[in-house]
Amino acid sequence: MKIKLITSVSKSLLLARWKQTLVAAVGVTFSITMFITLLSFMTGLNDMLDSLILNRTPHIRLYNEIQPTKQQPVSLSEAHKNDYNFIRSIKPKNERQEIANSGAIMSALKKDQRVMGIAPKIIAQVFYNVGSVDLTGVINGIDVEAENKLFFFDDYVTEGNYIDLKNIPNSIVLGKGAAEKMLANIGDVIQVTTAKGERLQLKVVGYFQSGIQDIDKVQSYCSIATTQKLLGESNTYITDIQIKLYDMLQAPAMALEFQELFGTEAIDIQTANSQFETGSSIRTLISYAVGITLLIVAGFGIYNILNMMIYEKMDSIAILKATGFSGRDVNRIFITIALSIGFFGGAAGLLFGFGLSSLIDQLPFNTAALPTIKTYPINYNPKYYIIGGLFSIVTTYLAGFFPSRKASKIDPVIIIRGK
Amino acid sequence: MEQIILEARKISKYFHDPNTIQVLKEISFEMRKSEFVSVIGKSGCGKSTLLYILSTMDTDYEGELLINGEAMRGKKEAALALVRNKYIGFVFQFHYLLNEFSVLRNVMLPGLKLAEYSEAEIESRAYEKLKMLGIESEALKKPNQLSGGQKQRVAIARALINDPLIIMGDEPTGNLDKKNTEIVFDIFKELAETYHQSLLIVTHDNEFAQRTHRIIEMEDGKIIRM
Repeated sequence: MKIKLITSVSKSLLLARWKQTLVAAVGVTFSITMFITLLSFMTGLNDMLDSLILNRTPHIRLYNEIQPTKQQPVSLSEAHKNDYNFIRSIKPKNERQEIANSGAIMSALKKDQRVMGIAPKIIAQVFYNVGSVDLTGVINGIDVEAENKLFFFDDYVTEGNYIDLKNIPNSIVLGKGAAEKMLANIGDVIQVTTAKGERLQLKVVGYFQSGIQDIDKVQSYCSIATTQKLLGESNTYITDIQIKLYDMLQAPAMALEFQELFGTEAIDIQTANSQFETGSSIRTLISYAVGITLLIVAGFGIYNILNMMIYEKMDSIAILKATGFSGRDVNRIFITIALSIGFFGGAAGLLFGFGLSSLIDQLPFNTAALPTIKTYPINYNPKYYIIGGLFSIVTTYLAGFFPSRKASKIDPVIIIRGK
Repeated sequence: MEQIILEARKISKYFHDPNTIQVLKEISFEMRKSEFVSVIGKSGCGKSTLLYILSTMDTDYEGELLINGEAMRGKKEAALALVRNKYIGFVFQFHYLLNEFSVLRNVMLPGLKLAEYSEAEIESRAYEKLKMLGIESEALKKPNQLSGGQKQRVAIARALINDPLIIMGDEPTGNLDKKNTEIVFDIFKELAETYHQSLLIVTHDNEFAQRTHRIIEMEDGKIIRM
């Protein structure tokens, strides 16, 4: 009953000055629209740029580093146990790149609850032979299906069909840059030489484009079996195990754990790509700052309009108080006015924000670096709509707070006697 | 004798701006139920100031004020608002109707605030009051479509909506012509005699005052006749 009365009084005061009310609400609508659009667009871009690296990067990578033995024989010797041993010119031991016992490691990882999936990989240094010229290159031997599932391999194969890599023996997906240098078309056969001098003829079944030119100039992909054959290794030979987790944030801790457990090197994505985190968070911060600035400006508009309304409605406030409305009731009436401006302005802003970002989503955006992107990227995360809605209510409440308090403190005697 | 509904005990008031002046000097009087009292005096004698203290809107005074036997001193702002809502009906020189609402809604507002009855009941009571004052045909108009005399009658209907213990008027006929003054006075008279409504009216119209039941005359912040 009481709430109904207060809202009915607020409503009639609002509608009595509907033009001013509209201007105030449009201010909120505009700022929320921009807030939503800005954040959706900015985080859309962020996600796209991050995924450029993050999609292609395993959360944890297990590999063997070429490095000297940590425990040199002299330090194990009983005779020199209490001495300081200085050894100069240590060389790395002749260790294979291969991960020992890779089959057992992989089956252990597959059983781990935290692991979303694994993809084994072989990295092989090769030369692409083009006539008399040798180009250096890297061939990644991959498990085609696992690679596609975890790292969206298909998205980056711009021409040809990725699955041919598995189905056609001795096939290769060439980096776009490398293919251009070699003038190799799909269906052509190219020749590669390994570092150890072995030669193999491979059929080009597709082009690979990651969006990062330096990578595309050197990297190519073969199936694991083809790579093993190329290197003359057995079918258990694996140099890398790529792991994708359900929770990326666990990667650093788990990398340490795996390093202990499997006796290989392990690097996590945070350590390998820390610069991306920083860039994204700063861009998001800027979007928030702009959005909030817009809202604060709208808040001042509401503040002014409420103040004016209070001066105009002095008489009405006085008589309401004389006939038994308390200061608190008057306060609530004006807070209700402010909040309804915020609510309706904000709701319209969310709708317009959605509309505007959908519009941007339709604009064509073609760039050679990003083969999978056809239009501007937009992030429709409901989080931004919730934050935008909350912001509009909070700002209008704050804008209404002081005018409402002023209205509640009006002394009816002064107004009525002043007439 | 009827019960005492309003009692002032040694009420004093000072104005401090620019110099301290005592505008009310230990005013004491009491008012009984269904009395029709007028307060007269020259301009500046403090009669309006007294009325605003008695109405609980002005709380800056010394002395004691009792309404319906209850002390008003020390009550919170919200509690005083409730007292005004429930026990006091106001009629001012200016009508103070809200132009955003219809006449009927204006009359209903204090009733809706008190919320003793349902909205439908308050509406029918408001109609009743308007009918009593002969303006029920204007109920759905906006106040700015009415004449001055009609507006003042709407204001009286609004004062009556919660069946107040006492109606207070501050120069209620001050803005009206002879004919409308007559109508308003007749309404007050009828309220006092037929409905036993207590009325406390501040006026400088001596002719008006002569026809009330009791006159309180003030001079220089003191009661000189009651």
